[in-house]
Amino acid sequence: MAFEGTVHKYGRDVDTDVIIPARYLNTNDPAELARHCMEDIDPGFVTRVRPGDIIVAGENFGCGSSREHAPVAIRAAGVSCVVAASFARIFYRNAFNTGLPIVVCPHAAREIEAGDRVRVDVVEGRIEDLTTGKTYAAEAYPPFMRELVASGGLLPYVKKRLAEDEA
Amino acid sequence: MGQTVTEKIIARAAGLEAVRAGEIVEARVDLALANDVTAPLAIAEFEDAGFDKVSDPARIVLVPDHFTPNKDIKTAGQVKKVREFARKHGIAHFFETGRAGIEHVILPDMGLVAPGDLVIGADSHTCTYGAVAAFSTGVGSTDFAAAMAWGRVWLRVPQTIKFVYHGRPGRHVVGKDLMLHTIGMVGVDGALYKAMEFAGEAIEDLPIDGRFTMCNMAIEAGGKSGIVGFDEKTTQYLQSRPVGSRARTAGQVFASDPEAEYAQVVEIDAGAIRPTVAKPHLPSNTVPAEDLADVRIDQVIVGSCTNGRLADLQQAAEVLKGRAVHPDVRLIILPGSQEVFLAASRDGTMQALVEAGAAFSTPTCGACLGGHMGVLAAGERAVATTNRNFVGRMGDPESEVYLANPYVAAASAIAGHIATPDMVTTAKGGA
Repeated sequence: MAFEGTVHKYGRDVDTDVIIPARYLNTNDPAELARHCMEDIDPGFVTRVRPGDIIVAGENFGCGSSREHAPVAIRAAGVSCVVAASFARIFYRNAFNTGLPIVVCPHAAREIEAGDRVRVDVVEGRIEDLTTGKTYAAEAYPPFMRELVASGGLLPYVKKRLAEDEA
Repeated sequence: MGQTVTEKIIARAAGLEAVRAGEIVEARVDLALANDVTAPLAIAEFEDAGFDKVSDPARIVLVPDHFTPNKDIKTAGQVKKVREFARKHGIAHFFETGRAGIEHVILPDMGLVAPGDLVIGADSHTCTYGAVAAFSTGVGSTDFAAAMAWGRVWLRVPQTIKFVYHGRPGRHVVGKDLMLHTIGMVGVDGALYKAMEFAGEAIEDLPIDGRFTMCNMAIEAGGKSGIVGFDEKTTQYLQSRPVGSRARTAGQVFASDPEAEYAQVVEIDAGAIRPTVAKPHLPSNTVPAEDLADVRIDQVIVGSCTNGRLADLQQAAEVLKGRAVHPDVRLIILPGSQEVFLAASRDGTMQALVEAGAAFSTPTCGACLGGHMGVLAAGERAVATTNRNFVGRMGDPESEVYLANPYVAAASAIAGHIATPDMVTTAKGGA
């Protein structure tokens, strides 16, 4: 599973209140959520972002609330994957459960610059900065997470498990 | 090989003899919670995935509390979806406006959580129930949808950091200050992916309300959960819950083994902690309240899942009784539940607050997340007993939130700037 796109760069502790402010949480329509993605930290994001673009950020990306509207908004805005030095734990779960590809790589998160063209293989954990020519090794997914991704997210995985239990 | 209380609860729920930090398990969920923000998304996912029945309606709780009483037409539609889903699937624990309150106040207060339980909630502050020696953690809507269908959740067993609080906290220093101080020490990702275990004589002395506040804010240090050991105070609280409730009839008490393995042990001198405030825009940005006397404020919020229990409102009333809210300040009280609301109306707390000039709201998360009932304009500044002070948290991205305990919030409401109770009660003509 590999993606190529232009980088939007953010610092550490990007919280879910800036990814999608609570004032827009009276809906779960992905297109509507996407229109307000990153609004309070980067108002120009939604007009700049192109399909396939990649977010690169510092430590603790997605900290704060459990709102799954955050990964939904990022994905619906066209972002193909997120690379960060670390992810807040509920965001990490939500990303895997809903199929937003994410990669943990502090080294890449530090060096990759806004505007760089980047290629990311999320399952193998390989990041290539096409602008600088540098490559980075990210954490590979643990076996359980690979299975979640291969199943297409948590609910398809649960369906499979329930079917196995009945068999 | 010793185990922590958290490892023991997860092992029990996973049907395993023992678990080790780092391993991924599938655990049975004793209780799964969602609210009016997270449940509609979960219901849509549940139905889109083709599930037609929930595994056990008795283990599901739905609490519309964020934007209720319904703040607009869209919200009314979302809450209606939740209500209809609850009826269709026979979910008795659906808490309607007027019989409810803020999820993390009502779940333990209604006796739905027992010690040793494994609770997940599609709300980040689900970590609150560690105060009754349960393992509880926040998840997303898809996790909740999966738990409804499957009765289980996948979990990576967390390492534990033990925080030991020595000594006796001083006057006007409560659970909120111990926790803000702790988050200030370790940072907003200082306990990332980890369980926070609170111990030491200051925790043994801490009333159950303060323990709820501390566990509630474990997420603000990045923690997966917070937990306090079971003791006489836990028993007293559980036995005061409704007759026949799970809190009084179920559960299993676990304790960490003396030789349990901790990622880290942090020793804290509770006697040295002063009333503490977290400045914008992170809960870790802490300083003593008395250092912020030059910060003028426009609004004060007392309440929320963090500090919306009766004891919190009583602390605010103790400072405000017979005094008046500053003319430039709006004071809004958000009680945690109908039970808290009623108790505050009976014991004089509500009267003291309203006479001082407070607006007394119905229970709701409301203003805490800038939803309704007290949204801030650009350039406005609030002192709040809530849990987050991120950019735009309570309204306009140009507004600011300072987090504090109820004593400091009440004193600030009187002074018109950030203040401790001593600053407003010792001043001449301070009334």
